[in-house]
Amino acid sequence: MKKTALVALLTGTALAGPALAQATLTIESWRNDDLTIWQDVIIPAFNAQHPDITVVFAPSAPAEYNAALNSKLAAGSAGDLITCRPFDASLELYNQGHLADLSGLASMANFSDVAKSAWQTDDGSATFCVPMASVIHGFIYNADAFAEVGVEVPTTEAEFFAALDKFKEHGGYIPMAMGTNDQWEAATMGYNNIGPNYWKGEEGRRALIAGEQKLTDEPWVAPFRQLARWKDYLGDGFEAQTYPDSQNLFTLGRAAIYPAGSWEIAGFNAQAGFAMGAFPPPVATAGDTCYISDHTDIAIGMNAKSPNAEAAKVFLEWVGSPEFAALYANALPGFFSLNSTPVAMQDPLAQEFVSWREKCQSTIRSTYQILSRGTPNLENETWNASANVIRGSETPEAAAERLQSGLASWYAPQQ
Amino acid sequence: MARGKPVRWHIAVFLAPAVLVYTALMIIPLFGTLGQSLFNKGGEGGVDFVGLANFATLFGDPRWSEAFWNALGNNLWFFLIHMLVQNPIGIALAAILSTPRLRMAAFYRTAIFIPTILSFVIVGFVWKLILSPIWGIAPGMLDAVGLKSLFAPWLGREEYALTTLALISVWQFVGIPMMLIYAALLNIPDEVLEAAEMDGITGMSQFWKIKLPLILPSIGIISILTFVGNFNAFDLIYVAQGALAGPDFSTDILGTFLYRTFFGFQLQLGDPYMGSAIAGAMFAIILFGVCVYLWGIQTRLRRYQF
Repeated sequence: MKKTALVALLTGTALAGPALAQATLTIESWRNDDLTIWQDVIIPAFNAQHPDITVVFAPSAPAEYNAALNSKLAAGSAGDLITCRPFDASLELYNQGHLADLSGLASMANFSDVAKSAWQTDDGSATFCVPMASVIHGFIYNADAFAEVGVEVPTTEAEFFAALDKFKEHGGYIPMAMGTNDQWEAATMGYNNIGPNYWKGEEGRRALIAGEQKLTDEPWVAPFRQLARWKDYLGDGFEAQTYPDSQNLFTLGRAAIYPAGSWEIAGFNAQAGFAMGAFPPPVATAGDTCYISDHTDIAIGMNAKSPNAEAAKVFLEWVGSPEFAALYANALPGFFSLNSTPVAMQDPLAQEFVSWREKCQSTIRSTYQILSRGTPNLENETWNASANVIRGSETPEAAAERLQSGLASWYAPQQ
Repeated sequence: MARGKPVRWHIAVFLAPAVLVYTALMIIPLFGTLGQSLFNKGGEGGVDFVGLANFATLFGDPRWSEAFWNALGNNLWFFLIHMLVQNPIGIALAAILSTPRLRMAAFYRTAIFIPTILSFVIVGFVWKLILSPIWGIAPGMLDAVGLKSLFAPWLGREEYALTTLALISVWQFVGIPMMLIYAALLNIPDEVLEAAEMDGITGMSQFWKIKLPLILPSIGIISILTFVGNFNAFDLIYVAQGALAGPDFSTDILGTFLYRTFFGFQLQLGDPYMGSAIAGAMFAIILFGVCVYLWGIQTRLRRYQF
């Protein structure tokens, strides 16, 4: 009798426990590099305002994240907050009912349409993740080498190639550090870096999705023509040069210009022993509007089956606030806040990158939204085509023709 | 009344572990994959039986078939290099090792065999470094003998990349034919060789006329092992050139093509149904090759009993 009462008492306590205790939110993420930043900076800042909500950052390995998350969601054991990959991976989760519609969050007003586009349904009617950060493309240069050789920072294409020529004549530096062995740099730091200036950013990207422009149109072929000219300025044996080779060539001070993504900033700051600067992709003629690839990369959404939905929404509102933006962007220089409120960056190189947002138009990589859903996959084909064009084994026109026919083979608006 | 033979249960008992493990790990997945190649995604998230439609796409659609024949062609070249380079060198090394006058034979044997036990990741990485135009020792070594002009970024050129990778693979695996042939050569009884010497057959002609015919069955086994290994190859290409098997798919073999299709790559989502169709085609190719060997060659080989 006594024992039964005790068991009943214990059971009662156990059952009542969760309801009385504070809400605990678990964050699923692939950013295991950021674990200490979340634990030491971000979560304490949140708890200063909301001491009643406990937040646990529980990342898994990047390569396993998608598969692990899918099985956890299917089994109902996933955390309350889900870090979102851009575009189709997250859209698929929303369509399966795993991610909640967050269009109603007040802080969504802090983000532009481009910032939200990676985590919206195709018609833009529902947004299911709060944008966190993007990466910006441009060129990082060795400022000491520029001073030594007497080269000005280029703003137009003509100046860009004149600068490269000057380095080539000087002979002390490899003009540009890039290789084609791994292929993706040619597309990501090549084609999609310089391309937005030709296809006018969002305007061209949307026209391509709508089927009003083709990849064989001049604005989409012109970037390939530029890439074809890069060949002469790359190092000896660039065909077999890998991505880490290029990074090392630049940080060892052997190359002058590095076609970059802003995620390199933290690593380069640690490695390079010289002054660095950055410039946006050069425009055709001085005074043209410039366009930059400001690619939406990471966001955070809510598990639709989370038992702590109210607490999760409080957290997400905070993630959408300018305060979080400043914290996150400064803790991880190179991962820029997507918040419309400008963030003051402490890192000068990161500040240079983010300052382009004020004078240039932002767009995202042309191949990421919708256009890479079919077979052949446009993004992967673009890797191959860009690398071929740089190596000179395919002409810009032939490469564009091939991409267009591949896209048209499955994408109805292009047929 | 005579009783029938007693049931010999011990045979079943002793066979059971191997049969069970092999069935669970090989036979069931094999037939599962072959079965899956007959299905494809249907409407509303379902899966439909499509018969041979996946194979029709693989061989009929110009994009798929071009990628498939490219991979198969590259794979044949990969195999040819192994047959023409790896196996003759392996046989030659074994013949040299088995000469009784060679000193330090055990050392050479071990040194040549060691790469075989290295991981593909290490082999791929080390060779990429050796051949790197930036940090590699290959350009420097060629420079030292005045042949710098012969150097090219081999792994980055369409015309050389596949051959280079095949030769790296040869370097790694030459120890296997060497060991098998070496064992076969040691198995030849001294009486036979002595009889040959009595008849005046020595040196090279002894190798061609006496030893080689006696090790032909081993060479057959090595050929078929090379064939199966090459047509299942994947790791070295993936480690050295990535899943896109650059430059411009010139090093794409069936294994990397299957990987890209089945598991997806970057923005490309995996397609297990087309992937299974490719796996089915690979299985058919390997099965065909093995059958040709078993019925066409092995049955004609003469065996000698000592």
